[in-house]
Amino acid sequence: MFVTEQQNLINEISQLVKSHGTNRSALIPILSQIQKEYSYISEHAMLVVADMLEIPPVEVYGVASFYSFLDQKPKGKFIIRLCKTISCDMLGKDKVAGQLENELGIKFGETTKDGKFTLEWANCLGMCDKGPALLVNDQVFTSVTPEKVFDIVEGCRSMLNSNVLQ
Amino acid sequence: MTADLNSFTFATIRPEEGIKTVLKKNSTDIIEMLKESRLKGRGGAGFPTALKWELAANAEREPKYVVCNADEGEPGTFKDRFILNHFPDLVIAGMTIGAMAIGSEKGVIYLRGEYSYLRNHLEYVLKTRRETGLLGENIFGRKGLNFDVEIRMGVGAYVCGEETCLIESLEGYRGEARNRPPFPVNAGFMGNSTIVNNVETFAWVTSIADKGVDWFKNIGTDKSSGLKLFSVSGDCEKPGIYEFPMGITIEELLKTVGAENTKAVQVGGASGCCIPAAEFNRTLAFEDCSTGGSIIVFGQHRDMLEVAENFLDFFAEESCGQCTPCREGNVKLLEGVKLLREGKCPMRYLQELCSLGETMQLASKCGLGQSSPNAFLSIVKNFKSEIMGRKSSNAIAG
Repeated sequence: MFVTEQQNLINEISQLVKSHGTNRSALIPILSQIQKEYSYISEHAMLVVADMLEIPPVEVYGVASFYSFLDQKPKGKFIIRLCKTISCDMLGKDKVAGQLENELGIKFGETTKDGKFTLEWANCLGMCDKGPALLVNDQVFTSVTPEKVFDIVEGCRSMLNSNVLQ
Repeated sequence: MTADLNSFTFATIRPEEGIKTVLKKNSTDIIEMLKESRLKGRGGAGFPTALKWELAANAEREPKYVVCNADEGEPGTFKDRFILNHFPDLVIAGMTIGAMAIGSEKGVIYLRGEYSYLRNHLEYVLKTRRETGLLGENIFGRKGLNFDVEIRMGVGAYVCGEETCLIESLEGYRGEARNRPPFPVNAGFMGNSTIVNNVETFAWVTSIADKGVDWFKNIGTDKSSGLKLFSVSGDCEKPGIYEFPMGITIEELLKTVGAENTKAVQVGGASGCCIPAAEFNRTLAFEDCSTGGSIIVFGQHRDMLEVAENFLDFFAEESCGQCTPCREGNVKLLEGVKLLREGKCPMRYLQELCSLGETMQLASKCGLGQSSPNAFLSIVKNFKSEIMGRKSSNAIAG
């Protein structure tokens, strides 16, 4: 099984390389796509990408570790990023943060044991007039209240139950 | 305000008419038009757009690139999101005009990862423009006029809003600033001549092409011509996007957005300056309080040290870590603000922190480290009696 999974990963990456090309400038689009598929970029994935683009693995790691949207550890299916920058802070992000931790039973920077949710801080999301704001994967939520936190989390859970993400 | 799109000048601009006007001009004439308009970069730095394009037009390394900087990450700024959402054609038309001015066939929109929900819409706009002959080969039926635009996504790094970091990121590297010179106009993306302009700048280029230079240059001040979008947030009744002529006073702006009992205004985001109430007669213009459009209003009840801490926490995280003044300096300033909050910062140490801030302004490699101490220094300068003499927690316990 393990070997097959690795082989799958190699196949998938070679598809990505085919469509993005082997130029160095294709590196970040390729890594972003792997991140999207697997919710992180494993050491093995970095080695494969390095090999196919013919660059040192350490360079791939250097890039992957630089950007906050690229992860080297597995993350939840839903990554919730709450904006902590000044305008959202002034509009009450602390209470939203408290309720998120409450609802999910984890602290910021952690992933739930079932692998469904990761909770993270984000810097300015550009929703400063409608804060507090948060991202759930690519989707943005504004004017979030502690009460709305429950709806957002429930929305994610029901998506999982209906197999939308499977 | 944001709700009524028609109140914005951009709603009245006909992007295709703008390009048609430009089609009659050669590269020199387009640049001359922008020179006369005195348009300056709307991202915040205020570099004259015409000069940037002229340097790129005269540069030799080809193929040349037109890059739209949509990595809007400055705290308190959201006008580029608004423009990309409601007036994307103006931006792409502006890029097309840029391509004609410098002689480029390839454009890139570098869209911040946090805005990835805008991507599908933008791809659709690009596709429609290709289908109607406004992008691709032989644009507007003119033989040999080729230009197309690709969207590249950012991956969560504020520093990539700095143009050389952005280019590094496009090339597949860590977003670490380059030494300048050479400037991107001479050696940018892939070592070729590249113009990097803000989303709003491109939209104003299209507006100038459509409505004429005279219209634009007669608005605003001598050194800051034209109109500008402002992103207003914080303690006011009506936060949102506003359009004002350059040179409006902070006082006037506060009145319009329904801000009362204001203690201070942060102009230019976390990297900008904190202006106290006594100076609200100052103007929002490149020659006075320069801004990319971020206005954050602080009411009387706000603790300015909390504000400074929030900003420095931001910079300590977003510093790329390449140069020492920025990497270490922001952490030291952040620690200093915490000491102030705990009432454990003697005056002599505060003076040392200020001198460290000045060193960072001088010695950091890129705009991030050069501007990150601004908020701290202006808060120390303007709110000394508020931030000093806090009771330490030990003292309270005792």
